[in-house]
Amino acid sequence: MQNMEALPYFPGCTLKQRAAGFDRSARDVFSALGSPLAELPGWNCCGATFPLTVENLLDLTGPARILVSARAEGTRLAVACAACYNVLRRTNHLLRTDAEKREKVCLFIESEYDGDLEVVHILELLHREIGCGHVRQALRRPLEGLRVAAYYGCLLLRPAAEVGFDDPESPVLLDELLAAAGAAPVSYPHRGECCGGYLAVRSEEAALEASKRVLMAISAAGAEVVVTSCPLCQYNLDRRQAAIARQEAGFRPVPVLYFTQLLGLALGADGAGYRLDEHHVDPRPLLKERGLVEG
Amino acid sequence: MGADRDREGQLPVGQGREACAGTGRRIGVFICHCGSNIAGSVDVRRAAETVRGLRGVACATDYGYMCSDPGQALIRQSIAEQGLDGIVVAACSPSMHEATFRRAAEAAGLNPYRVEIANIREQCSWVHQEDREKATQKAIALIASLVEKVRGDDPLEPLGTPVTRRLLVIGGGIAGMTVALEVADAGYEVILVERGAELGGRLRQIRETYAALTPLAAPLQTLIERVREHPRIRVLLGSEVESASGYVGSFTVTVRPAAGANAPGGYRSEADPAGGTQHEVGAIVVATGYELIPLSRLGEYGGGRVADVVDALEFERLLAQEVPRRPSDGRVPRRVAFVQCAGSRDPEHGVPYCSKVCCLYTAKQALLYRQRVPDGEAVVFVIDVRTGGRRYEEFVQRAMEEGHVLYLRGKVAKVFRQGDQVIVWGVDTLAGRNVEVAADLVVLAAAVVPSAGAAELGRRLRATTDELGFFREAHPKLRPVESLTAGIFLAGAAQAPKDIAETVSQAEAAAAKVLGLFSRPELVQEPTVATVLQELCAGCGLCVSACPYEARSLNARLRVAEVNAALCQGCGACVVACPNKACVVRNWRPEQTLAMVGAVLGEVQ
Repeated sequence: MQNMEALPYFPGCTLKQRAAGFDRSARDVFSALGSPLAELPGWNCCGATFPLTVENLLDLTGPARILVSARAEGTRLAVACAACYNVLRRTNHLLRTDAEKREKVCLFIESEYDGDLEVVHILELLHREIGCGHVRQALRRPLEGLRVAAYYGCLLLRPAAEVGFDDPESPVLLDELLAAAGAAPVSYPHRGECCGGYLAVRSEEAALEASKRVLMAISAAGAEVVVTSCPLCQYNLDRRQAAIARQEAGFRPVPVLYFTQLLGLALGADGAGYRLDEHHVDPRPLLKERGLVEG
Repeated sequence: MGADRDREGQLPVGQGREACAGTGRRIGVFICHCGSNIAGSVDVRRAAETVRGLRGVACATDYGYMCSDPGQALIRQSIAEQGLDGIVVAACSPSMHEATFRRAAEAAGLNPYRVEIANIREQCSWVHQEDREKATQKAIALIASLVEKVRGDDPLEPLGTPVTRRLLVIGGGIAGMTVALEVADAGYEVILVERGAELGGRLRQIRETYAALTPLAAPLQTLIERVREHPRIRVLLGSEVESASGYVGSFTVTVRPAAGANAPGGYRSEADPAGGTQHEVGAIVVATGYELIPLSRLGEYGGGRVADVVDALEFERLLAQEVPRRPSDGRVPRRVAFVQCAGSRDPEHGVPYCSKVCCLYTAKQALLYRQRVPDGEAVVFVIDVRTGGRRYEEFVQRAMEEGHVLYLRGKVAKVFRQGDQVIVWGVDTLAGRNVEVAADLVVLAAAVVPSAGAAELGRRLRATTDELGFFREAHPKLRPVESLTAGIFLAGAAQAPKDIAETVSQAEAAAAKVLGLFSRPELVQEPTVATVLQELCAGCGLCVSACPYEARSLNARLRVAEVNAALCQGCGACVVACPNKACVVRNWRPEQTLAMVGAVLGEVQ
């Protein structure tokens, strides 16, 4: 696995702004494991949500353009953001299986594309290709029984036939990867439940309800930290804990990290650029206590 | 064409319009107008005039509707009056009326295998409506071709094959036992093959049945004893069908010990342990029943992961105790949630169809639970309740009113364990809100699927199963108990989900079909099958591999190929394969075919 060729990588807009710590830590993890990520040149926004209207051609042109330029770089495209992954993977699936739409989209963006690129999420790459064994060997600061709640959310898992990622009812990839890093993943049933997503835009109350359901279960399971791979999940779960603490007397806030932040630190990264200070529930006391960041 | 039709309408019954000219072999040609279906694009009168001059044609006439009673009378009378020894009816597809015209000819004393159909409707008038001239020419060519065929047709007699009056029943549940008893009581031998260790099937797992809460154990035991003690029924437990060959009336079935039988500590197989025994039977009934979809496939309902999520058959077992106790800790559950359509009507996770029996047995189980645990609560999640059947709706109402079972209309989203309870997330679509039920036990009405190995058994029997493994019936409305393979019949849930009453009905219907078959002195079959000219056959065996019906074999002693006429469908694949032209299908001899082609090409006067 050492010194592999650099892998074409799509960071996406959020990882350049609000979730810059996710981008930086993802690069750290892959560099530490000997397969550095190479940012796709000249990329554009994926559109953020997969278009669900029947006549969705125009909305597909953005992600299609990304797929075309990635195909010029190689046969695979690594994606970190769960939302971008969902959009790119489903667009790729559609272009592969619907010849008529593929032709129209290709004509519009004046490119040729036959759908033979593989869109892969970095979690899948780490688990299924680089392998848990390799992660275990490369550990510099094992997580030593850290009780972590692996939170998958919706976008990695569904629709299962299109995103093809783990068992949607009982996902294990993230748990197994964290266990390889020495953590003790906690069991809780809400790992694939919705965090509230974009509901916050329309109904703060409904979004809070959704996040609360997930967080209460995580809290009841005794987790010390939550990890995710979706900037929106991270935002919802992190941001709403103050409100939940006001409603529920016994609720104990839990920091919410990107899984690569935790993994990057375990692999010896110094945490520079992880923007840990921007999290609403401050993860630094826990990370310091565990010797993962410098005191 | 209106004028033509009017004239035809006035035609006296049984009298051809034209006088017949008699020379050589006496063939009559009868051209149908089919109203304007044929006459609209084919000049039928010109066709009649033209073919009248063909070699061997004694008379040719046209008529409005040849299949009508007057049309058939015209044919019969022409045969009698003209002394015809062969006829061509130019009309619609032979799949429509070949049998009609053959019967009419036979009634007039003509051998029915000297009746041929020239299809000038589907293959001519309907597809050439734009060009009357060419359509007429094509119709004439088709008729001329069939005239050539009739010239070479031999008079044939239908083939008779004997019937072995013994039945094989596969499956010892209520369906198989019912068929076996009916047929054995009527005086025939029955071999009943059951792969399990006992007779009784799923009914052994069910104590009381809807809708009258009838206890089943005693009548089931009586039935099992009757089967076991019947002098004409031979029960082979721990056995399964390894292979089957032959055809209706004459199957050879090999039965071997079932996988799992005879294992150390397991049950004993009653089949010959030395690799299986052969049985000669005349008919087979498939009654292999059903099982429930594995809980592990119902992951979103906690299936396979949460101990206190059970399927309905397991709950049936729990209910058999004085008070039901849940698997995880033996506590009496105070609140039980029933989830209907667990895997049914759910193409994404389970099966697309309705399992049919769950609405009623869930009502039964909820009611029985409430009787056993009077202070317990029963909540049923349903998409809707389907209660077609005698007193079924009343029974569900009884569960709601007398049993105080709470029905919530909406699908369940998720089932998971929390502490020592099982949480059910669902939706109440009538109230329009999400609901969460904390239950002590969850019962899944898991989808009914075919028994394991059903599709494989179907392949061994050459009886087709559908994409889900249920055996296919010959016709969904008109032949519901026959498989697509003659002599193989279906009973019970092997064909589709059914309740006990329906299963017994179908089993008795299957028995009636078997008895009908056994009551015939012999089976009659079309004689237009392949034959071998032994003096030309080199015994190369190409015909054996070419035959899609396993009707061909090599006679090792004579070193020639043979035909099993009962299996042959007359398809002609062997004729094409044979390098020596030793294979011939009756009334499709090569010289006939060549003469037909010649006629189409206008080489015959």
